[in-house]
Amino acid sequence: MGDNMINLKINDIEVQVKEGTSILDAAKTAQVKIPTLCYHEDLKPTASCGLCIVKIKGMNKKVRACATACGEGMEVKTHDNELYKIRKTTLELILSNHPDDCLQCQRNGDCELQTLAQEFGIREANYEKILKPFPKDTSTKALIFDPQKCINCGRCVQVCQEVQDVWALEFIGRGMDTIVKPAGDLLLSESPCVQCGQCSAHCPVGAIVENDQVDDVWAGLNDPEKIPIVQFAPAVRVAFGEAFGGESGDIVTNKIYSLLRRLGFKAVFDTNFSADLTIMEEGSEFVDKFTNNPTSLPLITSCCPGWVDYLEKYYPCMIDYFSTAKSPQQMLSALSKTYYADKLGVTRDKIFMVSVMPCTAKKYEITRDDNMSCSGCQDTDVVITTRELARMTKSSGIIFDDLPEDKADSLMGEYSGAGTIFGVTGGVMEAAIRSAYFLITKEELEDIDITPVRGLKGVKEAEIDIKGTKVRVAVAHGLANVKSVINRIKDAKDKGEETPWHFVEVMACPGGCIGGGGQPYGVTNAVRQKRTEGIYKDDQQSEVRRSHQNPMIQKVYEEYLDHPNSHKAHDLLHTSYQHRPVYLK
Amino acid sequence: MATYKNYVLVCGGTGCESSKSGDIFTNLQKAIKDNNLQHDVQVVKTGCFGFCEQGPIVKILPENTFYVKVKPDDAEEIVAEHLIKGRPIERLEYKKAEDTGRVHVDDIDFYQKQFRVVLRNCGVIDPENIDEYIARDGYAAIEKVLTTMSQDEVLEEIKTSGLRGRGGAGFPSWMKWNFTKKTESDIKYIVCNADEGDPGAYMDRSVLEGDPHSVLEAMSIAGYTVGAQMGYIYIRAEYPLAIERLNIAIDQARAYGLLGNNILGTDFNFDIEIRLGAGAFVCGEETALLQSIEGNRGMPTPRPPFPAVKGLWGKPTVINNVESLANIPVIINKGGEWFSKIGTEKSKGTKVFALTGKVNNSGLIEVPMGTTLREIIFDIGGGIIDGKEFKAAQSGGPSGGVIPAEYLDTPIDYDNLIAIGSMMGSGGLIVMDEDDCMIDVTKFYLQFSVEESCGKCSPCRIGGKQLLTILEKISEGKGTLEDIKRLEDISEAMKNASLCGLGQTASNPVMSTLKYFKEEYLQHINEKKCVAGKCKKLVSYEIIEDKCIGCTACARKCPVNCISGEARKPHTINQDECIKCGLCLETCKFDAVIKK
Repeated sequence: MGDNMINLKINDIEVQVKEGTSILDAAKTAQVKIPTLCYHEDLKPTASCGLCIVKIKGMNKKVRACATACGEGMEVKTHDNELYKIRKTTLELILSNHPDDCLQCQRNGDCELQTLAQEFGIREANYEKILKPFPKDTSTKALIFDPQKCINCGRCVQVCQEVQDVWALEFIGRGMDTIVKPAGDLLLSESPCVQCGQCSAHCPVGAIVENDQVDDVWAGLNDPEKIPIVQFAPAVRVAFGEAFGGESGDIVTNKIYSLLRRLGFKAVFDTNFSADLTIMEEGSEFVDKFTNNPTSLPLITSCCPGWVDYLEKYYPCMIDYFSTAKSPQQMLSALSKTYYADKLGVTRDKIFMVSVMPCTAKKYEITRDDNMSCSGCQDTDVVITTRELARMTKSSGIIFDDLPEDKADSLMGEYSGAGTIFGVTGGVMEAAIRSAYFLITKEELEDIDITPVRGLKGVKEAEIDIKGTKVRVAVAHGLANVKSVINRIKDAKDKGEETPWHFVEVMACPGGCIGGGGQPYGVTNAVRQKRTEGIYKDDQQSEVRRSHQNPMIQKVYEEYLDHPNSHKAHDLLHTSYQHRPVYLK
Repeated sequence: MATYKNYVLVCGGTGCESSKSGDIFTNLQKAIKDNNLQHDVQVVKTGCFGFCEQGPIVKILPENTFYVKVKPDDAEEIVAEHLIKGRPIERLEYKKAEDTGRVHVDDIDFYQKQFRVVLRNCGVIDPENIDEYIARDGYAAIEKVLTTMSQDEVLEEIKTSGLRGRGGAGFPSWMKWNFTKKTESDIKYIVCNADEGDPGAYMDRSVLEGDPHSVLEAMSIAGYTVGAQMGYIYIRAEYPLAIERLNIAIDQARAYGLLGNNILGTDFNFDIEIRLGAGAFVCGEETALLQSIEGNRGMPTPRPPFPAVKGLWGKPTVINNVESLANIPVIINKGGEWFSKIGTEKSKGTKVFALTGKVNNSGLIEVPMGTTLREIIFDIGGGIIDGKEFKAAQSGGPSGGVIPAEYLDTPIDYDNLIAIGSMMGSGGLIVMDEDDCMIDVTKFYLQFSVEESCGKCSPCRIGGKQLLTILEKISEGKGTLEDIKRLEDISEAMKNASLCGLGQTASNPVMSTLKYFKEEYLQHINEKKCVAGKCKKLVSYEIIEDKCIGCTACARKCPVNCISGEARKPHTINQDECIKCGLCLETCKFDAVIKK
């Protein structure tokens, strides 16, 4: 977008916008939100739905506001009787190809199509119902895909191919039989899908949704044989409030503690605690390699299950550089079923471990290999997303807004600011640097705000001075941004050169976990920004902002794990990776 | 080049090839060799003669004998009688009707009103021999352009000619070229759109089969003019003969230094490669075509950006249709001025049509713009089959509309066709008579568009299907007056809100039949009647008791055994089981079966 300004009239109102601004965006400055179903701020306009057509004076054809840039002197009309009729007919056509079972739909009440149908006053089915005769895809643990509900807007295809570079989804078939599916008519489980769920987060309707496991959670809560325990991820606390009318970025951690207790959990832990633990393990792993075996670098972070899956599928040659540290979710679950169970004096299978995540891939992670059952039984029993917890809350009747604030259980609930920033891109890196500095120098880093690794830029680089030694780091988020980073490492390795970076952080979802596939709907960069601000605010407000200073972390090592990367830590907190070839069928 | 006493031209177009013209060619060659005539007679396999109705066609020069419906077995006789004894074979010569005498080629009605610019070499030269193309001024235009003309002068010549794109929309060709020329870029492309897909249309295929070099030459000229060095011909894989001949032509042109680096000793470099399409209709749409070349699913993208500015791999790209390109060398050789004298005020030059349907002389024709439909159908086409009454003609394929009898005398050009609710399209022209039902015809086109919709935008994907569903309802006598409004509403939405030309025009057949044949719709809806008798659900066959002599012929023919009766006594048709195939009507020699 250039800096030149364009003057135009929208509905006779003079507006000025930057060159390259679409009519859709420009209309907002004239207080008009042109109806659309396929457009999403994160994506290039696919221009498929046909609802945003507008008239431009002097042009015969109507144009799509999403895909047409403003021109100097343009006179645009965004609504009149003709446009209204065309849009309404188009909407009726879309509805004729979409099931009417709104009441049974996961997106009921939070569906862009439903909203438009309401706004356009659609009161009867004007056209014959013609549904797509294709079955649901329930082959993955994380996502349910119902082609019948798909309106072919193409958002998921674009986000999967261009933002995530996964290429699990494609349009196949023609005409009315055109559906979104993995190429080759495969099931999602047979495709390269990494279950990041960005498709579900971008779907305007209920065609791709998270596998709803709220019932499983209730069942566990009410099982007299079980002790239900819960943890929730850093990014949940700055987005959960949105589901109750709150602002993005509002920190509702203490209300969530109280909510989870009232739902019936016997212990409420915080994944932020185990984020600190991850830093101890991964940070120590890094320090060891950095000081003793620099040619084995870079170390690449492994706490994001979408990224782990992606690397195992697309970059098996990088497996040696992958941190063996498990994700915070798996560390906390492992400790809950060992350390905590032992403390309670119960057998491990008594613990019913639930985690609340901003992520759909976490549903996959809990059974990705045997290491996820290091306690002797499956370490995490059920994962629900932020969205599922919101529904669960509402169905329980608990009035979230009015809840008193509470605390997490002390044992594995205390966290440092370094733990909380795991929820944003760059956070793991920043947290790791805060502790690595100490581990290497035995001195504390003074300015612990590592700003070069913050923000929504796709790939961020920084050079950290650790008492004269330079540590080069890179941070990528949104899987499409990974390629350039990995290729540079590969090139250097192939040529026998020094690695361009010593430490690399990757998060599959744009913005990191705050933009995860299981977060409340309606994510845009503005929303990501606000959630990010919430996370950094939580960090700022924390008394302890370095993982290694978290007293409960120190305690768990003293009481149970001995020291980072100890034999026991390895058994419980580390894992291994394998090549998972795709398209074998 | 060696000269011969006689030249035997055998049509090698796809139509004639499928009627074994390949065998005719082989047999002729063999017979000529057997008679030791190979130094006197040359057999040439040419492109399409256009008169496909009468194929396979063999023409003998210099006497211009025009043999039609030739069979492989006729080869020996042609050699023995005609070439050796000089006695033309009367039974093979074209006759207007069974009982009239043979007609000399110059007097054949089919060719009388035609004017061949695009098809100038089709049926004349061997498309697999570059020398024959060169002998007919081939590659003179590129030479003229490279040695005597500036880029602006070429553009000016095309502008003067008034040439508009022959692919459908009729956008001025020089403007397209100019957009690309003006856009600064290190790389630019020329793309030839040979993804001809309208049902019944084969203009572009015939040009590529019959005169491939004209397209290569034109692409080079375009490349020089806009500053491109690479061209792609996007052609559907189901045109194997055209692809084969293009490949031969490209190889020959490279060998002659007419493609590649330093063409004709100048510093102009240009090469051409072929890209095969899988046959999706939508890939004829420019943006979808580019997606397909790039290896993506052929789906249209929003415009702007226009391909001329940001096209193939993001580079400025001229996309011209085959027929548009075939005009270019002639325009350069004879001048834009000459070309602009052909045609009407706003539509210059000629147009090739694939004339099919209920017309006596179906085939490929080329006429000056402004020729009337009446001239095309009745003079060139020889009128309606069996002397039936003309009802309508469909131009522009599934994107076009019907032209009723009242517009038979309208000069055909881009603007007139749009004005009467149809469009030029790529040049399919299907003639319909009184036996054609307009609802049935519209259904046919909708079916095509519904199947060929890429599925991307909702107005086209769902709208087309809903239109078809309503039309099916009407053809079954289940339509209501509200359905007319639904057809209109959907058509409007599709026209205005579809993403690409395919969707924007897919409702044209509905809108134009509603405009000109609304009565027929109302008959189907109100009276549950299909006058043309095409809508099976609204038709019944009955046996008139008084006329039936009980010969049992109909009962024996009936494929579902629903006709019963004793021998020599009147028969009856079980209406519940009848599938309305009409065989009984055809079989009865006593006019006892009637269609209601």
